[in-house]
Amino acid sequence: MADKLLELLQQIVNGLSQGAIYALIALGYTMVFGVLRFINFAHGDVYMLGAFVGFYLGPKALRLFSEGPSYPGAALVLLLAMALCAIIGIVIERLCYRPLRERPKLTVLITAIGVSLFLENAGQYVFGADPKSFPEVITDRALEIPESWGKISGLTITVSQVLVFGVTLFLMFGLSHIVRKTKLGMAMRALSFNPVAAQLMGINVDVVISFTFGLGSALAGAAGILTSIQQPSIDPLMGVNAGLKAFVAAVLGGIGNLQGAALGGLLIGLVEALVVGYVNPTYRDPIVFGVLILILLFKPTGLLGASEREKV
Amino acid sequence: MNKSPSFLAVLAFGSLVAGSALRAEDIKVGEFAALTGGSASFGQSSHKGTALAFDELNAAGGVLGRKFKLITEDDQSAAGQPATIVRKLISQDKVICVLGEVRSSATIEAAPICQENKIPLISPAATNPKVTEVGDYISRVCFIDPFQGTVMSKFALGKGWKKIAVLTDVKQDYSVGLADFFTKGIVAGGGQIVKEQKYSTGDKDFKPQLTSIKATKPDAIFIPGYYAEVALIGKQARLLGIKVPLLGGDGWVGDSLLKVAGNSLDGSFFSCHFSAEDKSEAVQEFVKKYKAKYNETPDDMAALGYDSAEILADAIKRAGTTDGDKLKTAIADTKGFKGVTGVITLDAQRNASKPAVILSIGGGGFHFEAAVAP
Repeated sequence: MADKLLELLQQIVNGLSQGAIYALIALGYTMVFGVLRFINFAHGDVYMLGAFVGFYLGPKALRLFSEGPSYPGAALVLLLAMALCAIIGIVIERLCYRPLRERPKLTVLITAIGVSLFLENAGQYVFGADPKSFPEVITDRALEIPESWGKISGLTITVSQVLVFGVTLFLMFGLSHIVRKTKLGMAMRALSFNPVAAQLMGINVDVVISFTFGLGSALAGAAGILTSIQQPSIDPLMGVNAGLKAFVAAVLGGIGNLQGAALGGLLIGLVEALVVGYVNPTYRDPIVFGVLILILLFKPTGLLGASEREKV
Repeated sequence: MNKSPSFLAVLAFGSLVAGSALRAEDIKVGEFAALTGGSASFGQSSHKGTALAFDELNAAGGVLGRKFKLITEDDQSAAGQPATIVRKLISQDKVICVLGEVRSSATIEAAPICQENKIPLISPAATNPKVTEVGDYISRVCFIDPFQGTVMSKFALGKGWKKIAVLTDVKQDYSVGLADFFTKGIVAGGGQIVKEQKYSTGDKDFKPQLTSIKATKPDAIFIPGYYAEVALIGKQARLLGIKVPLLGGDGWVGDSLLKVAGNSLDGSFFSCHFSAEDKSEAVQEFVKKYKAKYNETPDDMAALGYDSAEILADAIKRAGTTDGDKLKTAIADTKGFKGVTGVITLDAQRNASKPAVILSIGGGGFHFEAAVAP
């Protein structure tokens, strides 16, 4: 019996560490939706670009500190990916979405799909379609759980899982602070509440929107690095599936709602791990996307969306 | 005035006849290979092996007193190309037999054209069972996918591993086929499959599958997937504290396997067509000749390419003719042929029945472990 419990706990750990990645990506979807009321389908590909930033710059960044994997090096790689992805996000918005801002939302949505396809195919052309081995930025190993803790010492928690979870929580709190406590955050919320009134109050809409894209893309970049530390094999199409799952997570939590995106991400990760572990791995994706359909049918505002929908 | 075109035509025809008369002695063999593009490393190897075989055969005087002329065309690893160039080989170059390809998809594309034109096709390394189902002119010198499953089950039981978990890639026929035959082999040999888990090509997180496998405490885990996923599975299995050997098939062979997996696959085994480390005389002789010509160690594709040419030459000798109908029968009758990839006998479906090589992983490389007969 204890073995079964241990297995369940292990699956929960597995699910949460994968869910944390989905949560980070989902935040970007939800922020853009909150401000602009459209789904940026290219978001998953920004996540992929984050991983490739780490692939190309990682070895150089690591060399600044020591020869092998190191925590300061990993932190630098993470910051570099976040910064570059923020720039990429801002550029995408400036070039592709801003000229269409006055057009129907459907036009922007289709453009977003176009941008996504462009990034995926350009990625295959530039980086090559074969999977690449992500550099080892930290040494991943299982944490020792003392025998004195009893049965629980059989549980495997890896350094990368702790790191992914910790960094994700930190970034979420940081984001929540920015949105609630800073002037730009207040402007974001105002814009989300009523774009016309916000503009009349002297809020520079362009700056706020660029900021939103930058912030969301930085989180996607961070997710790209964190996921590659756990699963060191990256390819130009890695953003497709992760992006879709994160989108489901955002809708599940209530699109436009930050806490909802985080909750949705963790739930999707958990559901995946439990379906694979206890039902049938083949049903994993049908069940996840089935959740999307059910949510849209019965509670389109998502789990947390109803009361706070107007907030970013 | 109007006579000159026909006069020219007569001249042209005459020179054509003269040209073909000069080369009537040569046996023209067509080869289509992926010399460029995504599968170029496989295609180049098999081509080098094939060319080496014909060089040797010609140096020894050829067969039926005639020499071989190998006509090689590049299909650029692209879909559609094999059909075009095989048509060209048959209709323009008038080859008596076509050799190729290492990829199942390309071979399946070319096979109906050879069948239609009654030109035998011998594939060096297309392992998908469907290839020879196209017709009786199509044969191959490699074993088919399911065979590796049977081989690995024998190997596992031989090692005393009785409780085995299977982790299959449900998106690949290759993987499902291997897993199926492996399971049958284990059960028939008195072993037990303690867990069947699945994943899909492109997955990156395998911890949920591995966690449920770990709970069943297997002696070994059979993972008949491709190297991209296997590398991540190996890494995550070790992180989860799974220390048992992992087993697999030739899909494991890939540049990035050990780059991604690091040393996490050490102590694991997979089946394959050929190993240059095999101490048998035939293999060492081939390795020596190949190194002398190309200054590199032959891989399994080179060995299979070599065998495809040798089997063709053997069949022509036995048939006493290059006539398509008689030749295909002679090829299908191949029995106990001593190739570099083992003693080859073609079965009723014209698939090679021969030993597989099992390699072990350790110290950043692959090592010859055993040869397992069918």
